Amino acid sequence: MRYLYFPGCKIASHLPQYDLATRSVLGAFDISLDSAELNCCGYPARDLDFTAAVFSSARILAVAAKKELPILCPCKCCFGSLKHADYWLRHQPGLRHRIAAMLREEDLSWEPGVPVRHLLSVLVEDVGLDRVREKIRKPYTGLPVAVHYGCHALRPAEVTRFDDPLAPTIFEKLVQTTGADPVDWPLRLDCCGYPLWGKNDRLSLKLMEKKLSSAHMAGARVLITACTYCQLQFDTVRSGQETLPILFPELPAVLVTQFLGVAMGQSAGALGLERNHIAWTASPA
Amino acid sequence: MFLKLCAYLALSICLAGVFHRGLRWFTLRIGPEAEGAGFLDRFKAGAKAFGAMIVNPRRLGSVLWTLLFEVLLQVHILKQNTWRWLTHMALFYGILLLVVLHALDNWITARIFSNYASTLNPFLFLRNLLGVLVVFGVATVVIRRRADGRPRSKKRASDRVALVLLSLLIVSGVVLEAFKIVSPSIFETMARDYMGDDPDEIAALKVYWAKDFGVAFEPPPPAGDNDLLASGQKLHQDYCASCHSKPQAAVLSYPLARALKPVAVRLDRLRPDLVFYYLHYLAACGALALLPFSKLFHLLSAPLSLLVRSGGDAASDLPINRPARRVLGLDACTHCGVCSLHCAVSPIYRVISNPLILPSEKTGALAAIAGGDISEAGCAAFSEGSFICTGCGRCTRFCPSGIDLQDLWQASRIDLKRTGFGSVHDWIRTRSAAEWAQIARARKAVVKPATALDRATVSLADNPESFSACVQCTTCTSVCPVVAASDDPKRDLDMTPQQVMNLLRLQLKDMALGCRMVWDCVTCYKCQEHCPQGVRVADILYELRNEACRRFTVIPKKGVKLPDA
Repeated sequence: MRYLYFPGCKIASHLPQYDLATRSVLGAFDISLDSAELNCCGYPARDLDFTAAVFSSARILAVAAKKELPILCPCKCCFGSLKHADYWLRHQPGLRHRIAAMLREEDLSWEPGVPVRHLLSVLVEDVGLDRVREKIRKPYTGLPVAVHYGCHALRPAEVTRFDDPLAPTIFEKLVQTTGADPVDWPLRLDCCGYPLWGKNDRLSLKLMEKKLSSAHMAGARVLITACTYCQLQFDTVRSGQETLPILFPELPAVLVTQFLGVAMGQSAGALGLERNHIAWTASPA
Repeated sequence: MFLKLCAYLALSICLAGVFHRGLRWFTLRIGPEAEGAGFLDRFKAGAKAFGAMIVNPRRLGSVLWTLLFEVLLQVHILKQNTWRWLTHMALFYGILLLVVLHALDNWITARIFSNYASTLNPFLFLRNLLGVLVVFGVATVVIRRRADGRPRSKKRASDRVALVLLSLLIVSGVVLEAFKIVSPSIFETMARDYMGDDPDEIAALKVYWAKDFGVAFEPPPPAGDNDLLASGQKLHQDYCASCHSKPQAAVLSYPLARALKPVAVRLDRLRPDLVFYYLHYLAACGALALLPFSKLFHLLSAPLSLLVRSGGDAASDLPINRPARRVLGLDACTHCGVCSLHCAVSPIYRVISNPLILPSEKTGALAAIAGGDISEAGCAAFSEGSFICTGCGRCTRFCPSGIDLQDLWQASRIDLKRTGFGSVHDWIRTRSAAEWAQIARARKAVVKPATALDRATVSLADNPESFSACVQCTTCTSVCPVVAASDDPKRDLDMTPQQVMNLLRLQLKDMALGCRMVWDCVTCYKCQEHCPQGVRVADILYELRNEACRRFTVIPKKGVKLPDA
C-alpha cells in the first residue's frame, strides 16, 4: 500500500517522535510512504481567511491527485482541514472555479475523490485489526488506558466521515489489539485545548486539565493520542509551564504509534520515546 | 593621486560602515533577552563566547569544519541544489579571487610570484577566466530567478546599486583590457620605455605586434616582409616576452579587442583606456564603500553567521548573546528568497497578498523594526505575516547563510505581543464587544471592496438561510466545552453560542464580532455536530473571525498593556 505522507508543519520541528514512530510502525506492515515537500494544510490560517485555508488544502489534494496516491495524515487537524477543503470545493462551484484557476498556474488541478486517510483509519481499515493483532509481541494485558479522540477528525461528521461522531469506536478497537483496556471516560470526545494555545493560554490549560482529570478519575494509566496538536498539548505544553507543575504526572501522554510500536516489540529509540517530555515506561499492568 | 585618495576614502567608509554594523549587533535588541544589559556587557559576553568557541579544541574542530565545508566549499548549498551551488561558486570564487589576486596584485600576487605581470600567462588567462565565472554567475542568477517562480518582492535600492556597480566593474575591466590590447599609443610608450628609440627596431616590433598581439596601427605596418617579422619577434623575446603573453589568452577581452580594432586608432586620441581605467577603479571604490550598506556585506556576515551557528543554536547559547546572534543573522540575509521557495505558508501569500508572509521579506522588515525605523502600518503587516507562520522550520533548514530564522520569528513574535502588535486574538481583547461594534459600524464605509475571490467564497453569516432554522434550543451552548469551563459565561464570553446565532438572526452581526465567545471558541465543532437543526454554528463563528480580521487592523496605542488572558 502506498500513500502520500503528509505530516504537516509541526512534526518536523516540534514532534519528530511522531514521525519516527509512525514510520516505524507502518513499515512493519509494508506500507510505503511517498514524501513530497508539501505546504501547510491551512488550518491555522482559517481564523484569518477561509479561502487561504481552502487553497492551502486544495493544493495538497491536487499534488496527491497528480501522483495518484491517497493521502495519509498523522495529524487530525490536517486531516480535518483537507476534508473541509474537499467538502467545500465539491459544494461551492464559485469557490471551486477560483481555486482551480490558482492551481492551474502551478500546473495542478483539484479532482474530487482523492482519498484522505487518517493514520487510525489506515491501521484499522486498510491494514485491518487482524493483521495488527498478529504483530503484537508484548501485549499490555489489561493496562487501563484512556484513548483521546480529539475533535477535528470526528467532527463535523458530515465533512470528515471518520467514525460515528457521538459514539466512535475506531481508536478503542485499535488499542484493544494490544491487549490494553480502554476505559470509558466522560470527556473522551472533548477538545484537548491546543487550538487556543497562544490565543488564550489560561483557557487552553483549563480545558487540558479537565480532560486529564476525567481520564485520571476513570482509572487510566496512560493517555493515548493520535494527533500532533493533541500530543503537543498533553506532553509539551503540559510539561513546559514554569509556574504550573505537571498535572497528573502519573498519567503520561503517548502517541498511538509509540504505544502500538512497543507492543509490537519495536525499540524505544526507534519510536522516539526519549523525546517525550513526560516519560512513559511501558511496563505490564 | 586622485584615484588613490578615492581608494582610501572608500576604504575608510567601508571600515566605518563595517564597524557601525558590528556595533549594532550589541546595541540593537530582538527578543526579550538581555533586558537591561548595555553594550559593554553584551559585547564582553559575545566576545567571550566567540573566543571560547575558538579556544576549545572540540569546538575549534567544528569551527574549522564549518570554515572548510560551509564557508569555502558551501556543501550545504550543493546538497540542496546543484545549479545554485555552481552559480554561487562561480560568483564567490570569481569575485573573491579577482579582488585578492587582481585588485590587490601589488600586495599579494606580485609578492608570491616574483615574475608576476598582469599581461603574462597564467595571470592574464586566469583573470579573464575569473571574469567569465562572474559573468556566468550573474547571468545564471538572472535566468534562474525568472524561471523558478520564487515568490519575492521588490529589490532594495542598495542591492540594485550594488548590482550596477559590480556589473560596471566587470564590464569596464573587460573593455579597459580590450582597449589596452589595441591601443597604438600605449604600444609606442611601452616600446620607448622598455626598448629604446631606434626607429628600425620599433618598426620591426610593430610588425610583429600588429600581427600577433592585435594592436591597431594607422597606417598599418607592411605585411609580407618575413625578415622584418622575424627581427620583430626576436626583439619581442628580448624586451617584451618576460611580461607579455599572447593576448588570445584574454578570453573575454581579446574578442572585444578584435571587434574594436577598426575604430581603435580613431578612438585612441580620446584615451579610452584611461576613461575605462577611471571607471573601473571608481566602480571598485564605490562597491567597497557600499559594502557594509548593501547585501555585499554578506561577504563578511554570512561566514560569521555560519561560524556562530557551528557552535550551537540560539537556544543553547546564553540569553545575553541571543539578540546579537539575531541582528547578525539579519545582516547575513542576502534576500536570495530560497527560504520563501520552501515556506509552508507561501500559498497563503497567493490569497492574502501581504509580502511579509514570506520569510525573505520578513527579514528586511524585522531589521527595520529593530532599528526603530518602521511605520505602524508596517508593524501591523509584519504582525499579520508573523502569526501566519506555523514554525515548521523549513526556512531555517534551507537558509544558505545559516541564519536561525526560526529563532528570529519566535523572538520577534514575543516583541510584537509586548508592543501591542500581537495576533488578532491579543488585540481584539483590548476593546469590549460594544466598542468593536461601534468601530465596525464606523468602518462599514471603508471596508475594502470584495475581490472576485471573496465573492466566490462561502458566505454563511450574511445568508439568513444559514440560521433561520435555529430555534434557540441552547444545545450548542450546553455541549460547548468553553462555556462549561466558565463559572460566569456572561462575564467571560459576552454571549453564548446560541446567543451569537440570535444576534445574527436579528441582523446584528457587528455586535457579535467582538464577543469573547467568538474568540475563545476552540473550534471543536461540538456545537455544529449536535445542532438538531443543522445550523453550521462553528463555521459561522469562523466566518465572524474572518470578517473581523478583514475589517479591523490592529490599532494599538503607545504603551497599551494587554489584559491577561
